[in-house]
Amino acid sequence: MLLILGMPVSSVFAQDLASEVAELRSLLTQVQTDYDARISDLENRLATAERQSRRAQRDAEEAVELAEQTAIDQSSGSSSPNTFNPAIGAVLVGGYADVDRSWDQVPGFQPAGEIGTGEDGFSIGEAEINLKANVDAKYYGNLTVGIGDEDGSVEVGLEEAWLQTTDLPMGLSVFGGRLFSAAGYLNGFHFHADDFADRPLPYQAFFGGRYSVDGIQARWVAPTSLLVEVGGEINWGGGFPATSNAHNSPGAWTLFTNLGGDIGNSHSWQFGVSWIRADAIDRAAEEDPEAFTGNSDLAVVDFVWKWAPDRNPIRQHFKLQGEYFSRSETGLYAGLPYDGDQDGWYLQGVWQFAPMWRVGLRHDVVDADNGPLLAGTGLADPGRSSSRDSLMIDWSPSEFSRLRMQYTNDKVLPQSDNQLYLQYIMSIGAHGAHQF
Amino acid sequence: MVGSMLRVLTLIIGLVVTSTASALNVFVCQPEWDSLLQELAGDKVESTVATTAFQDPHRLQARPSLIAAVRQADLIVCTGADMEIGWLPLLLRRAGNAKVQDGNPGNFVAANYVRRVEIPVTIDRAQGDVHPQGNPHIHLNPRNIERVADALAERLINIDPSNSAEYQSRLDDFQRRWSDATEDWEERAIPLEGMRLAAHHRSFSYLAEWLDLDIVATLEPKPGIPASAAQLATILEQLTPNPPAGVIRTPYENEKPSHWLSARIDIAEIVLPFTIGGTPGSVDLFSLYDETIRMLEEHNR
Repeated sequence: MLLILGMPVSSVFAQDLASEVAELRSLLTQVQTDYDARISDLENRLATAERQSRRAQRDAEEAVELAEQTAIDQSSGSSSPNTFNPAIGAVLVGGYADVDRSWDQVPGFQPAGEIGTGEDGFSIGEAEINLKANVDAKYYGNLTVGIGDEDGSVEVGLEEAWLQTTDLPMGLSVFGGRLFSAAGYLNGFHFHADDFADRPLPYQAFFGGRYSVDGIQARWVAPTSLLVEVGGEINWGGGFPATSNAHNSPGAWTLFTNLGGDIGNSHSWQFGVSWIRADAIDRAAEEDPEAFTGNSDLAVVDFVWKWAPDRNPIRQHFKLQGEYFSRSETGLYAGLPYDGDQDGWYLQGVWQFAPMWRVGLRHDVVDADNGPLLAGTGLADPGRSSSRDSLMIDWSPSEFSRLRMQYTNDKVLPQSDNQLYLQYIMSIGAHGAHQF
Repeated sequence: MVGSMLRVLTLIIGLVVTSTASALNVFVCQPEWDSLLQELAGDKVESTVATTAFQDPHRLQARPSLIAAVRQADLIVCTGADMEIGWLPLLLRRAGNAKVQDGNPGNFVAANYVRRVEIPVTIDRAQGDVHPQGNPHIHLNPRNIERVADALAERLINIDPSNSAEYQSRLDDFQRRWSDATEDWEERAIPLEGMRLAAHHRSFSYLAEWLDLDIVATLEPKPGIPASAAQLATILEQLTPNPPAGVIRTPYENEKPSHWLSARIDIAEIVLPFTIGGTPGSVDLFSLYDETIRMLEEHNR
């Protein structure tokens, strides 16, 4: 009976127990999930707090450093009289030349400037000092002085002294003072930026190395995606091929235009045409005292093409440039009627084949057709063209130093000459920008 | 005859004026600032970018096309801190554009708005191509982007007030997204803290500072000057007992020194995108940071 009775009682009891256990279990699970959630919430909060504290700490450190830097900037900047000093740079150029047959005049061309092979042996060349800065909100100024040694006496030359407007509208700018003419591609560069130890023959024969303008230049850049630049110059100074004409009227006028752009992702180019009209009165030189009076018309066509893979010139790049000069002069030379036509050109390629290393090859040639009348004078028709072939290699461990070796087969004189040039070019001071 | 010529002239002038008036013309020196500009100005600007991720922004040829681009710019956006000193001054001289000359509202210099690191105590070229104003590669710290964004938006408003509401709302939106993204990156990058790396050049100093990476060696001990064989040997000797996780460089830097090092001590060569376009996936500032952190995570151990 008990057994019979006990069965349902115990089963009821067992049922109660089971439900209680289940309840307990669910309660426990709930507590556990609750606890888990709370723990993970706490962990999250801790992580956030850590992140925030890290950031706050960093902010605080930054704030302190910023405050310090500001304080330093202000204290070091305000009282110094040097604050407004212009950018100052100097370039040291020199080297060694092995020349057997030197020349300082190209046959058939009136000599000008310091041209030619230079002297055999070591020479310190010319040191150049450059100062540049904004004058104020309207002008930018540039001064370049060359210091050289001429037979034991120091010679100081004024290479550049110009102002440029910086606030004219519509793409206009005006230069005034002594400046490198915009005629020709290479003319705008300082000698130390050349890729060879000397200027190509057309520059030596037609410009005496470089054509400088004492006067005014105006230029305009068109609002186009292709570079279109046109300009003009009036030269009152006596820069060859002009003469100063007692400063009454300009000695020469220039018109120039440059076009340029990119092709694809690795090529860019520039093309220029310029024309110089010079009126010369008694133009003569130390080496050739006979004087020329008359008109000189010179046309220059130039191009440069540059290749740099992905426009990254550091590993390797290539530059091909060439210029063609054609001049016509009419007037009186040494009292004789003179109507001469001269032309010349050069083509050069320079390849940077590895970082710091470049090789270059150049051919340059000039030719004068001065007619039979001037036989026996300084402009006697040479009856042949003057030319050279040059090979150079240079090494530039940084942007500021360069060592160069150049071999030239020189056929300017009737007898050819093999020449060797070793050259150093070092820049100190302000970082100059590089022209295209 | 004269009348028809005048009509043609007014037509041309009209074309020129409308084409320039429709959008602000911006010349941008580096792709990272172009991406920021797109965020802040969208179609209110038309931009020309001077460099790609495959060019060293220090050394650029002042190409004629860049002169033409500066000529037409209402605003130039560049890094500054002497990064562009070898080419930008020349473009500014040649372009004859008064608006974008130094000190004018059209001349925006990003580095002026951030705290720069590695400001040299002595300034001497014997130390390499040193930057007196500090390391100019400022864009790989999100704080710097945040600050430059504020300043750039302010400048856009100053130059083009008619669209100021748009610039302001775009700035607010960008800063919100940027600060969220920054938080995510910082969280993701917690395991990267203290990651040891060698670097080709000091191009990643701001990234390292932000993520607490440990740049244990630079393969260009003097900036801009390739290391000598002796210097590389010293670096190798120093790294051999405890090699770093990898050697990082930008897409434009010479691969040879990192090739050499990675072959000697068997570490990964990691070409980080560095800027927009440096890897196919780095299409804007956000993906640039994503990719950079992802690539570091891949090589972290």
